[in-house]
Amino acid sequence: MQAYVIRRVLALVPTLIFASLIVFITVRLIPGDVIDLMLSTNDIGADKKSREQLEAALGLDQPVYIQYFRWLGAILLDGSLGKSLWQNTSVMEDILHRLPLTFELGLMALIVALIVGIPIGVYSAVSQDTIGDYVTRSFAILALALPGFWVGTLVMVFPAIWWGWSPDVKLTPFTENPLRHMGQMAIPALILGKAFSAVVMRLTRTMMLEVMRQDYIRTALAKGLATRTTILRHALRNALIPVVTLVGLQAPVLFGGAVILEQIFVIPGMGLLLLEAVSQRDYPIITGVFLIVGVAVVFINLLVDLSYGLLDPKVRYR
Amino acid sequence: MRTGARLMGAPLLSVRNLSTEFRTERGTVKAVDDVSFDLAAGETLAIVGESGSGKSVTAMSILRLIPDPPGRISAGEVVFDGRDLLKLEDHEIRAIRGNRIAMIFQEPMSSLNPSLTIGLQIAEPINLHRKTPWAAAMDMAVELLSRVRLPDARSRVKSYPHQFSGGMRQRAMIAMALACQPQLIIADEPTTALDVTVQAQILALLKEVTRAANSALILITHDLGVVARYADRVCVMYGGRIIEAGPAREIYARPRHPYTIGLMASVPRLDQATGTRLVPIDGQPPNLANLPPGCAFAPRCRNAVDRCRVERPALVRSGPEHLSACHFHDQLSA
Repeated sequence: MQAYVIRRVLALVPTLIFASLIVFITVRLIPGDVIDLMLSTNDIGADKKSREQLEAALGLDQPVYIQYFRWLGAILLDGSLGKSLWQNTSVMEDILHRLPLTFELGLMALIVALIVGIPIGVYSAVSQDTIGDYVTRSFAILALALPGFWVGTLVMVFPAIWWGWSPDVKLTPFTENPLRHMGQMAIPALILGKAFSAVVMRLTRTMMLEVMRQDYIRTALAKGLATRTTILRHALRNALIPVVTLVGLQAPVLFGGAVILEQIFVIPGMGLLLLEAVSQRDYPIITGVFLIVGVAVVFINLLVDLSYGLLDPKVRYR
Repeated sequence: MRTGARLMGAPLLSVRNLSTEFRTERGTVKAVDDVSFDLAAGETLAIVGESGSGKSVTAMSILRLIPDPPGRISAGEVVFDGRDLLKLEDHEIRAIRGNRIAMIFQEPMSSLNPSLTIGLQIAEPINLHRKTPWAAAMDMAVELLSRVRLPDARSRVKSYPHQFSGGMRQRAMIAMALACQPQLIIADEPTTALDVTVQAQILALLKEVTRAANSALILITHDLGVVARYADRVCVMYGGRIIEAGPAREIYARPRHPYTIGLMASVPRLDQATGTRLVPIDGQPPNLANLPPGCAFAPRCRNAVDRCRVERPALVRSGPEHLSACHFHDQLSA
């Protein structure tokens, strides 16, 4: 198993280098460049000389491939993701500072998705083709179809109009008041987990229906087990293996959703950092965030692969 | 000729006029139609027939394991130890399943849960019905595994089904069935999925352990060779009905239904002269959704006459212990 993990981690290196190359280049393809933005913001005349000075100061006068190798060299040699073009702060520090909130939001959304999706999926499968099954399935489609940013906006706007209440704009840090903090995070987490829970529910339902047809379920019933024990002990574990895969596949989708919701609910996480950086064309931050997210997604999928061993005794890591 | 227990009193299991239907897109199919038989304590009954004859559905109906929908037991009684199983509450039938009547299924590959250890699956009914704590139940699982002669039982309880061969899994299934010392074990084609060399071992083991535990055994099979060696009595099923029943010896010596005669002619026998040709039964097994009005076997029967095609023969006495559903049972010879 140790050897398996080491090999998997080593295999990440080419993946991440390839990903970083794509990110590095595409970021520079965003229309409008950072020099124009800076010059116009500071109201400096865009003459050729001040342009060239600024480019040289930021290291943007070099060809893109030189910039890339400098950037890559800094990561490999001193673990630095460079400095923000605007604030001159360390990108790595900025990201590490913001990362926990985004991670927290994603984790809460994941927990919401599993807590809601798995039991409802099981219920829906066990009561296949009853009214309860149709109702839960219809809600799942609804939850999938409503975009998170739209629901988020409604949650911001309508309670304010009706009851004069809206979610706090300033996020209380966890260390200051954990309860208040969790309460504030709960709404975006629910919205973020909503679509995911629908996907989990549908997959759990399908897999349960499949597993309940297996011969070993009949064996369990023939032993005299109650339906409930049969489901919990014999069916669920076998049905959940693909759900675990789904968690790995959905991780980047969750991050995408988090970016939007952090913006709507003003949560100072990585998503907000990314959005600000994109609007300012702060290349090192954008590439840095994408690289970190890439690493996170890849590691989550490694964890997912390792967790198969817990669910399925046939899995061996070699 | 009957075993002592039956002479002394009520049979252990008495199936009366059992009918089981399945609702399909092409209408209701009667998979089991008016089936009756008795089983004495400690006796071995073989139910013989080809696929679709209703033998497995009969077995599943006894423990009410027919999935509903689409299946439904539409009529009959299954009296086990004085109580009609078909009238029991859910929790009452659950207390019988795996406890007083245990089942062994055909596919040992898929009938064991792939993600639970063999030991846990054997200990499960003990924990459930005897309220034995898990640790003690696991010890009993070890004991049961050695009783079905699985070598190295102590370490094998921690194995998963995929680490077992087919024969080992079926031994584990037998251990599971024995767990609560049931009075009746129903084995639904227990050896069909196994290698020929393993089949004989498993059947001998099954016979031996049921005899040691004084359990009755219903052996569902399509293999007449199995019947000859292991069964006391035989029911032959065709098209969802019993078409011949009697002591195994008697059926072998004097079959009284053309289908049974055909079955015997199509099975190789060691006492036949070498070079004797096997005679297959012509035609196809009947379509249960569209049975002929007369005898279900008439379309394939060499001796069928007009009466066979319009009048369904009743299961009537053809000897002291012998029942046959053929209009001409007393004129047949093998």
